[in-house]
Amino acid sequence: MSGQELGLAVSVFLACAVEAVEALTIVLAVGTTRSWSSALSGCLAAVLGLVAVTAILGPGLTSLPLDTLRLVVGGLLLVFGLQWLRKAILRGAGIKALHDEDEIFREQAAAARAAGSPHEGFDGYSFVIAFKGVLLEGLEVVFIALTFGANQHRIGLAAASAAAAVLVVAGIGVALRHPLARAPENAMKFGVGVMLTSFGIFWGAEGAGASWPGGDAALLVIIPTVLVFSLALTRFFRVDAIEGRAAAA
Amino acid sequence: MSRIRQALLGVWEFVVGDDWVTAAGVVVALALTALVAERDSAWFVLPVAVAILLTASIWREARKRAAR
Repeated sequence: MSGQELGLAVSVFLACAVEAVEALTIVLAVGTTRSWSSALSGCLAAVLGLVAVTAILGPGLTSLPLDTLRLVVGGLLLVFGLQWLRKAILRGAGIKALHDEDEIFREQAAAARAAGSPHEGFDGYSFVIAFKGVLLEGLEVVFIALTFGANQHRIGLAAASAAAAVLVVAGIGVALRHPLARAPENAMKFGVGVMLTSFGIFWGAEGAGASWPGGDAALLVIIPTVLVFSLALTRFFRVDAIEGRAAAA
Repeated sequence: MSRIRQALLGVWEFVVGDDWVTAAGVVVALALTALVAERDSAWFVLPVAVAILLTASIWREARKRAAR
C-alpha cells in the first residue's frame, strides 16, 4: 500500500467513524425508546441509499480528465477539510462546546417519548428518524470517500475503509447499548481535518497546474505542517489564553 | 419554499457549511494558483492561502464569542 493509499484509508476510516458515532446515538435513542426493528430498518434503508449514491456518482467522477479531477477533488477536500478543522480547533480552544453524545442521546430519547406511543409492528417515527440520521451523517462520508477514492482510482479501498469503521462503531455500540460518549470525537475530527486539508492542498495545487518540489514526497511535509499549524492555532485561540492576554494588556 | 429551492439550499449548506467566506476563499486561491502557474512556480500559493483562511475563520468566531 502506497503512502497516498494509506492516507486515503486512514482519512476515510476516521471520518466514517466520527459520523458513525453520531448516527449511532440517534439510532440508539429511537431504538431503545420506541422500536428496534423500525429503527434498524431505517438504518438499513439509509445505508442502501448511500451505496446507491456512491454507485451513481463514482463512475462519473472517475471518468473526468486527471487535471480536472484533481482540481475538483482538491477544491472539495479543502472546503470540507477546512470545515472539519475549523470546528475541531474551535472546540479544542473552548470557543465552541464539545459534542456531548450523552446529552444528544437524552434529547433524542425525550423527543422520541414525546412523539407518543410507538405503533404496533412498524413504527414510522423510529424509521424516519433513524433513516434521516444515518443518511445525513453518511452523506459527507460518501463525498469524502468518493473524492479521495476517485482521485486514486481506489473507490473500493475507500468503501472498504468506510465499511470497516461502520462495523467497528456498530459492534461497540451493540455491545455497550450506550452512546460512545467517551470516543475521542474531537481528536478524530481534528485528524480528519488535517488529512483532508493536506490532500486538498496537494491535489488542488496540482489540478490548478502547480508542481510540488519533490513530487508526492511533498505530502510528507504538508501533513505535519498543517498539523503543527492547527495545533498552534488551537493553543493561540484558547479561551483562557485570550483572557490572559487581555488581562495582561 | 419550492422543492428546487429547498434542494439548492441543502446542497449549499452541505458543501459550503456555515462559513461561506472560507469556501469562496478556496475558489479564489485555486484560481490564483492557476494564474501564477502559467508564468512561475505556484505550489506555495495554496498553503499560504489556507493558513490565512483558517486563521481568519477562527479569529472571526473568537471575536464573535468575545462580543457576547
